[in-house]
Formats: sequence, structure tokens, C-alpha cells
Amino acid sequence: MITIDDILETNRMITENKLDVRTITMGISLRDCAHPSLEKFCQNIYDKITKSAEFLVKTGEDIEAEYGIPIIHKRISVTPIAIAADACQTDSFVPVAEAMDKAGKAVGVNFIGGFSALVEKGYTHGDRVLIESIPQALATTDIVCSSVNLGSTKAGINMDCVREMGEVVKRTAELTRDTQALGCAKLVIFCNAPGDNPFMAGAFHGVSEGDRVINVGVSGPGVVKHALEDLKGADCTEIAETIKKTAFKITRVGQLVAREASRRLGVPFGIIDLSLAPTPAVGDSVARILEEMGLEACGAPGTTAALAMLNDAVKKGGLMASSHVGGLSGAFIPVSEDEGMIDAVQKGSLSIEKLEAMTCVCSVGLDMIAVEGDTSAATISGIIADEAAIGMINNKTTAVRVIPVPGKKVGDVVEYGGLLGYCPIVPVRNQYSSSAFVARGGRIPAPVRSLTN
Amino acid sequence: MKLVVTIVGKDRVGIIAMVSQVLAENNVNILNINQNIMDGYFNMVMRAEMGEDARMSLVDLQKVLKEKGEEMGLDIKAQHQDIFNVMHNV
Repeated sequence: MITIDDILETNRMITENKLDVRTITMGISLRDCAHPSLEKFCQNIYDKITKSAEFLVKTGEDIEAEYGIPIIHKRISVTPIAIAADACQTDSFVPVAEAMDKAGKAVGVNFIGGFSALVEKGYTHGDRVLIESIPQALATTDIVCSSVNLGSTKAGINMDCVREMGEVVKRTAELTRDTQALGCAKLVIFCNAPGDNPFMAGAFHGVSEGDRVINVGVSGPGVVKHALEDLKGADCTEIAETIKKTAFKITRVGQLVAREASRRLGVPFGIIDLSLAPTPAVGDSVARILEEMGLEACGAPGTTAALAMLNDAVKKGGLMASSHVGGLSGAFIPVSEDEGMIDAVQKGSLSIEKLEAMTCVCSVGLDMIAVEGDTSAATISGIIADEAAIGMINNKTTAVRVIPVPGKKVGDVVEYGGLLGYCPIVPVRNQYSSSAFVARGGRIPAPVRSLTN
Repeated sequence: MKLVVTIVGKDRVGIIAMVSQVLAENNVNILNINQNIMDGYFNMVMRAEMGEDARMSLVDLQKVLKEKGEEMGLDIKAQHQDIFNVMHNV
């Protein structure tokens, strides 16, 4: 029996603590669209995407209204284009990105992901064409997101690709300099990328997925922070318990939305991604949760421990609330998308080095970090290699989404608006060069899985 | 479907009458009403059944209740009951 207090609590979470479902993402396989003609392939994917997702946005809006829970984004992920378009006889996949952009806009989604390649062990022709096309593709489209997986625990790290991606990030920044390198905000470089992630910019429809699938990403940092506000002086056991209970409630809403979307669209339910995804709005911040636990500012000693507890408790609470869990599942720490992280950077409490440590214990990695425009490609490759190594050794997903903003220096702030937020330029304090290491290329061998010290 | 209508705002005469009238006009049947008043603030939760024979859609009903509520300084929401069920029941 639900009590009046339960009902008011749910509505308080939604109205005051910004509980929302971050995204309903429809995964669509493009494996049946392959064609040697690029033009025909583009037509095939446009037709499949627009037909499959015709009612996605409307269904999302109906569920949002009926249950009174905001669903912020509706998105599409597709089979990595490097695979789907491998048969095309062409040296540029930019027209494919344009077809994705057009299809996504036709059905009204916020983002379409999957301009991607999986190259942890090596390249096919399609992988090379795709990676080469990324800067131009991100410059000429609006809602297309791109990702490259260049490492895994099973295969090691493709250091040729690490070197290349440093340059791709720089070229993307240069081609989108008019929008403060916005292209780089739509490009993620992964190690251990999951094929069922509903979150952008790294979503793609994995090769082992079915023809279509509905994945849902939940949110709710504000709800967790609110729950902890009543626990002044409580010990860590009690804090972890409270986070678990709160995560359970948040995830149950995600499960309900996923189930309904799946039923109404006639598309199988895939997974719930148990993530705490912040927004730049005040009261929707992961950093503020860590501060509520007792840290004066996010980034202070103890931050990694607090984040580890938060991340683990969110998973434990969420797991029981959903029948299938997957994706990235963990607390996100994107700097520009989290008001508390931005504040911590501005007051000098949070550095890129501390963020790297934090990524060892939470979801994803160095995310939405703006750095100086003259940061070299080799330095960015070095950062990518470090993050990939953390993922490879710890058997987890890590990623890099850094934005070297042309012409910007430490002290400047860049504004992207919407969910992408705004970010002070984060200093890369270590100015020594990584170029000779990065230039070596080759592969870092897959790691040993025992002797785990 | 079963609805939960929540009404929050400063207490005054005629709140229940207004909401009941809107629901009755649209053939929505009230199942139970729970209310309390704290510090002059009115909290009410009403459960209702909206069948096939309801005279407007849930989205339209939400709009009417919101408008009428605003005229009386109240925040009124009508939601599908399942969001509360899933969150508070294992």
C-alpha cells in the first residue's frame, strides 16, 4: 500500500531534486544495410533508421506525460559505421554521417551515435576510412556522435590508434573552432566499450545485439544528495545503505519507463544503465554528493574513496531494481556537465590528475574536460593511453572526451549550453613531452589476469 | 488505468469540490481521498479510475487540472499510479 508520504516523496524527487530519466535510446542494427555503393548504403540506413524510430520521440513524450517523469533525451544508436559500411567502395564516410544526421533529425531525436570503429586489435579498410572521416563528419553534422574503441582487457591497447586519435581530436577541434571545438564533445575514445550503452557521445549498437533494442539511462544525483542531507554525522555504513535505497527507487522508475517504451514500440527491452548522470543545473551534481559526504571541495584527499563508495552503492541498489542491467552503469564525472565539478576546477581543488585517479573507481573516464588549445596531439594521445591502461588493467570501461579549445588558455571559460554545460579550461600541469612514447605505436599486449597487485 | 491526483497549496474553501467536479465531468471515478493540512498548507492525494469511457485523455485532463489549480493557487498533478507503485514496492 502506498502512503501519502510515498507519493509526495516521489513528486518531491521529480520537482525539487530533478529526478529524471536521462534517455531512452533505441539501438538499431545496420548490418542488413551493407552495399558496395555508398549512395545506396546511405539510402538504406536512412530508410531503416527513420522506419525503426518513427514513433520513438512520440512514445517518449507520452510516457513522460502519463507518469509525470521528465525524459530528457530520446536517442538512437546504430551498428558501428566502420562495420556496417565496410563494404562501401569509398575513401570517406562523411556522407554516411550526413545521412545519419538527416535521419536523426527526421525522427526528432536529440543525438544519434554509432559513427564508430572498434579497433583494439587492428584496422580493416572501413575502420581506417571511418577514423579519417571523423573530424569532417563532426564538423558537418549536428547530432551525430562518434566513438572509437582502441583497447580492451582481452586484447590490449592499439597504440597506433592512440597516436592517431590524438591527431583526430586536434583536427576535430580545428575544424569546429567556430563553436569552441564542439566537435570534440561528440567524440569519445574508449577502452572496453560496451555495446549497449544508451549514453552519448559513446553509444553504439553492439555487434552482438538484436535487430532493435530499447536501452534506458537513469539519472538522479540531486535525489541522492537530498537523501544524504538528513545524515549529518552518520557513519559510512549508513551512508552506503541510504545511497543503495535511493538508487533502488531511481532505477525502478527507469525500469518502468523502459518496460513501457518497449511494449508500446514493440521493440525488445535491452538494459537499464545504472548511472548517476549530472547536468549543469544547480542541485543535479555528483560533485555535490561527495561534498555532502564531508569533503570541503570535490578533489580534496578522500574524494576517490567517497566516489568509490557512491559508485558501488548505486550499483548495489540499482541491480535489484532492474531485470537487466548493462551499459556504463556507474557515477559519471563529466566536468562541464556538473555544476559542482566546474566549481571545484574554478577554485583549484580539482585537477586532471585527480580526475584520472577518480576514473579508476567510477564510470567512464576523463569526460568533457576543456584544455588549452595548444595542447599537443602527443599529449592528448598520452592522456588517452593512460586512461585506456586504467580500463584495460582494471577490467572496466574507461574513456576520454577532452576538448582542446583553439585560442583558449587557463583562466578562460567555454560555454556549450544545454546538457553539455560550460567549462573552465583545465590545466594540464605536466608540460613534459610524451611524443617519443606515443610515436612508437604497436600494441600493448593484453594483461595477465592473475597476480593482481 | 488508475490515477493518482496530488494537490498541494494553501488551504481554502472548495478545493475538493473543484477537483471532484472536473473528474466527474470527465467520467473519472474517485476511489479514495487522503488529505492533511500542515501549517495552513493543503496536501491531498486522490486515487481515481480512468476507464475507456473517460471523456478526455490523461494529457488533456492534466492540462485542465493544472489550469484550474493555478486559478486557485494550487499545484495539481495527475499521474499514472504505477510510478508510485514501482518506486515504493519491491
